[in-house]
Amino acid sequence: MGLKAKRKLGDTLTYAALIIISIIWLFPFVCLFLQSLRSYNEGGGGMVEYLLPKQFSLDSYAYLFSSDSKFVRWYLNTLVIACFVAVLQTIVVLCVSYVLSRMRFKGRTFLMRFWLILGMFPGFLTMICLYFLLKQFHLTQAGAIPGLILISVASSGMGYYVTKGYFDTIPKALDEAARIDGASRARVFLTMILPMSKPIIIYAALVAFMAPWCDYVFASYVAFGYTDSYNVAVAMQNWVWTNDYQGYFTRFCAGGMLIAVPVTILFICLQKYYVEGVTGGAVKG
Amino acid sequence: MGKEANTGKSKIGSFFGAIGQEFKEIGLAFAQGDWKTKVSFLIMGFGPLMRKQFLRGIAFLAVEVLFVWYMVGFGWRYLSDIGTLGTVARVMNADGTISYNDNSFLILLYGLLSIIFIGVFLFIWRMNIRENRKEEKLLAEGKALGTVKGDLHSLLDSNFDKTLLALPVLGIFVFTVLPIIFMICVAFTDYDANHQPPSNLFTWVGLENFKNLFSFGGTGLGSTFLTVLAWTLIWAFFATFLTYFCGMGVAIMINRKGIKCKKLWRTILVMTIAVPQFVSLLYVYKMFANDGLINSYLMKWGWISSRIPFWSDPLLAKIMIILINLWIGIPYTMLITTGLLMNIPEDLYESARIDGASGFQMFRSITLPYMLFVTGPFLLTQFTGNLNNFNVIYLLTKGGPQSMALSNNAGYTDLLVTWLYKMTVDDTNYRMAAVLGIMIFVVTAVISLAVYNMLPSVKDEEGFQ
Repeated sequence: MGLKAKRKLGDTLTYAALIIISIIWLFPFVCLFLQSLRSYNEGGGGMVEYLLPKQFSLDSYAYLFSSDSKFVRWYLNTLVIACFVAVLQTIVVLCVSYVLSRMRFKGRTFLMRFWLILGMFPGFLTMICLYFLLKQFHLTQAGAIPGLILISVASSGMGYYVTKGYFDTIPKALDEAARIDGASRARVFLTMILPMSKPIIIYAALVAFMAPWCDYVFASYVAFGYTDSYNVAVAMQNWVWTNDYQGYFTRFCAGGMLIAVPVTILFICLQKYYVEGVTGGAVKG
Repeated sequence: MGKEANTGKSKIGSFFGAIGQEFKEIGLAFAQGDWKTKVSFLIMGFGPLMRKQFLRGIAFLAVEVLFVWYMVGFGWRYLSDIGTLGTVARVMNADGTISYNDNSFLILLYGLLSIIFIGVFLFIWRMNIRENRKEEKLLAEGKALGTVKGDLHSLLDSNFDKTLLALPVLGIFVFTVLPIIFMICVAFTDYDANHQPPSNLFTWVGLENFKNLFSFGGTGLGSTFLTVLAWTLIWAFFATFLTYFCGMGVAIMINRKGIKCKKLWRTILVMTIAVPQFVSLLYVYKMFANDGLINSYLMKWGWISSRIPFWSDPLLAKIMIILINLWIGIPYTMLITTGLLMNIPEDLYESARIDGASGFQMFRSITLPYMLFVTGPFLLTQFTGNLNNFNVIYLLTKGGPQSMALSNNAGYTDLLVTWLYKMTVDDTNYRMAAVLGIMIFVVTAVISLAVYNMLPSVKDEEGFQ
């Protein structure tokens, strides 16, 4: 077999593998989409033994937007949390990263080591204590939304690694030149470093924005029993796990589509920055 | 060894030396200081105020006032009870109503807070002494003291670190440090479903909970703990390395020279990162359920005669979880390795090819060593992350299938962290949950330390550069 033929065979095999992989990767999402379109008359919204609906309809979507369901409310809850967390968490992370990257002060290494050790404790360990603290500020049940934002943002300073790694790559000579010209640290940070850090800012905000959509543990604990404060993850999970999921399966699919599509589009648009962030972070460690 | 002991001794020696030094300085500050400084020992910030350093003086004074106000009005009550965590939970009033008296939860939490406040207060008190001494020295040398404006400006310049870190550090203290210390203490109490404040008290029990975790037979959790720990480690190992190698394989395929539409392939794979996990994983869980799509189609096509118990057979459930985690994890590794693979100099491969190396040989002796070297730290964080990978387990099996052979509601696919979650939420068995949390910390810390020191990129920073 000649070199060229070998090469061609290799290409073909690779294409075949990639196509199979793509099918596996997309299959669940295609199923999700198809089932969300199944009419309520067919299997009563439960699980059925076939994939293609016999009767297409938007029943499930209509239900989500009807007054019987609080889906819109849950959706807005999650959106509000995600937006606030994205903005506030990014600000906190940027501040911490700048300080740790650029300034040398007493206790700096202690702080970094201490946070590293703190990070080794599982987050759920402190759940009851956090719940109690939030309750003192009336941020549970009816006040769960600000409470969840507070919890996410409060401890976000510990996740500075990726951003600090990025700041470390900006030459310090730039700072020093500006400082010789009389610019204060604050000025250097706000007018020089930040404008140069657009990719990492977008990365930090994107990651922060995506996390609340999956938050089940704290969200269900803090909002316990108060359905108006649920986020989509808690509400959808209840639909799937509680016993009446039979009637809610297609509705879960429809809700899942409504959540997945916008988040995915946003992610794919900003994919470039995400890749930059994770690659930089992974290699820096 | 001897050397280590030596440095250890000298470390302890220098620690005590530093403390001695500190006391000496405080003593000197008092002995040599003027009356303003001496009053500052009692009334913080008095010296700076008298020397017209109003901002600093007021700040110190405010700290002292707040501290005294907190301790007298609030903290002292709780601090004095911290040895017993309360003695009387409820009292029956004359009119038959019940009023709550001691609340162990509050006593422990606010007691700890008071202890921490005392530490912080001592630190600031020391700062106050130092400030007085500095001012005296400056005045003695005939130099001018700083101005309020200068102080404020320094917060944006030389002290900018304090400005930026103040809120994050406070947030981490209140919502991470304090709760963790609290839960570590809970591990030494009997806080569980039978000892719930405010109607019941809980108290210190020493190491009883730890003994319970390591006792086998009877009601001890020993065998369950070992089962769960073993699966946690197996899971973390497979989840990390299988995804790593498969992800790298996919990245190599997409990077192949003749392959077109590279961006399309990547975007398809990235879908599983973009779609919130509770949508994708819950759906996949349902797909493989007994009455799910996969079983139904396999039945319809006559490939199987009875439904495959994907989630109720322990071994099968474990395999499924690891496989489905590949679906979630491969894209992530693929993204990270794609760029790195392209960084490997092409002439390395070129010369290997001339020497007649096969594709696999090149992978083993060029690609793999390079990738392991560069992504060592990443693999470590992935591993520790997988030890605590709550979502994949909980969204798929919720830790099940459960069994009578395992105590405390543990299931065969439970990780330590999902077990902890169940103990907290379902059983309100906080004492054991706290012990488990500490064990997770120990496991994570030991593995991180051991592996970190073995990493080639740590040992040999110059390699591959």
